[in-house]
Amino acid sequence: MTAVTAQRGRTGGRRAGVRRRPMSPGRRWALRTASVVVILAAWQLYGRSNPILLSQPSSIAVAFADMVRDGTLGHALASSLVVLGIGFGTGSAAGVLLGLAAGRSDTISALIDLPVNALYAVPAVALIPVIVLWFGFAVTTKTVVVFLFVIFPVLINTTRGVREVDPELVEVARSFCSGERRMWTDLILPSALPYILTGLRLAIGRALIGVIVAEYYTSLSGLGNLISTNANDFQTARMFVPIVVIAMLGVAFTALLELAERRLVQWRKTPQ
Amino acid sequence: MHSVSSPHLILEGVCVEIGGARILRDVSLTVARREFVCVIGTSGGGKTTLLRTIAGLLPVASGSVTLGGFPVNAPSPRAAMVFQHFGLFPWKTVRSNVAYALRVQGRPADPDRILRLLATLKLDRVADYYPAQLSGGMKQRVGIARALAAEPEVLLLDEPFSALDAITRESLQDEVLRLWENSSQMTAVLVTHDIDEALLLADRVVVVSGPPGHITSEMPVTLPRPRDSQEIRGRADYPRMRKQLWNALNGPGVTCGPGTT
Repeated sequence: MTAVTAQRGRTGGRRAGVRRRPMSPGRRWALRTASVVVILAAWQLYGRSNPILLSQPSSIAVAFADMVRDGTLGHALASSLVVLGIGFGTGSAAGVLLGLAAGRSDTISALIDLPVNALYAVPAVALIPVIVLWFGFAVTTKTVVVFLFVIFPVLINTTRGVREVDPELVEVARSFCSGERRMWTDLILPSALPYILTGLRLAIGRALIGVIVAEYYTSLSGLGNLISTNANDFQTARMFVPIVVIAMLGVAFTALLELAERRLVQWRKTPQ
Repeated sequence: MHSVSSPHLILEGVCVEIGGARILRDVSLTVARREFVCVIGTSGGGKTTLLRTIAGLLPVASGSVTLGGFPVNAPSPRAAMVFQHFGLFPWKTVRSNVAYALRVQGRPADPDRILRLLATLKLDRVADYYPAQLSGGMKQRVGIARALAAEPEVLLLDEPFSALDAITRESLQDEVLRLWENSSQMTAVLVTHDIDEALLLADRVVVVSGPPGHITSEMPVTLPRPRDSQEIRGRADYPRMRKQLWNALNGPGVTCGPGTT
């Protein structure tokens, strides 16, 4: 599934055949804003029927301001971001490095493919009790959980990206007497880059899941703790605040990666 | 006709096997310094394999390839190749694709020289474009410029015009002809299945058929240089040469042409 996403972005030829006219940025933003406004308005109206259970965007906004002011949100967010940052950073670094190695070397690929496929198939949630046993309830445990959520989509996409290097270009590089190091910088890394970025994009969503799951199932902390405790207290507005924050984090990180992708993969321009 | 001197590229009894299958059988060929040899043959006959072997991309099963006195067993900076599929790096601009030939070998890529080379191939206005923004003809100009940037002793061209439309093909053939006739030292081996292309460019045409590929005949092309595609096709002896080459392609083992022993 992951590889399909990457491939669709890559095959420029096929895409050109059914190319639609690109939407103007103004129109895109107008539509985006409209969809958010409609969702919020509907929620606001419908939420009036049962403000305790359903809450309303307006009361969530008030709760948001409260929680920023009393520091609970900032504290929880910082705690979650540390876990997210370390877990995502180490997970994606390990995924990229292992993926590059496995993509280039059949030996490494043969060594890791069974464990990787096995671990990928096991839901990371199922491993949490084991991880707790090994690492205790501290931050380490949570970052390990996030790491496990992140590493596989990155690793699998990276391997695929290295494997998809155009053999004709490998021959071109060989004919010009390219050494192995130049082979990486001229050929393998640039052609794997779109796949790596796709892997990272999938990993961001999974990392956010991993943080909350880890905070639920180990020691309660961070945004996951805020959701859980406020839900238990029927503080629905306060419960929704961290959920909205997570959603915004997801949108922001994805936008950042898309920006990076546009900067890094600008050669993939439409044919003239 | 310009002077053809000492042997530059020597193939002796070359056999090549890929995955146990014999692709080339006992190919012997001597190319003189500054000679332009066209290898012609039908598809699947082993002519591209022959070129890749000369480039050092394929190992020989037996026999030897010698270039400028040195045995060829790996790619060397003495030869540069132009590919049928262009082989440009999509993430490099035209300028970087051309400079690649030098940088990859750790040689300095003087920006002025690259720019002059781009200008020679009418690429100066698209120097900062990416390959996806270029037409097929322009892409192959980049491929040619890249090979020339390496300043090779031998230019190897693998059906460089076969992916292009007829009009672009003719003008690019003329251009390669001019570039080579104006260059002082370059030896060239071009693989093609186009009789007119071979007659336009070559000092000598070598007919390969297979599989397994082997040389069935040779024919010197005695048309005077500098040549012009329109002019040579209007010459009285052109149809006869064309017919001769056509017969050589279709009758294996036939040796033909004046001066062939």
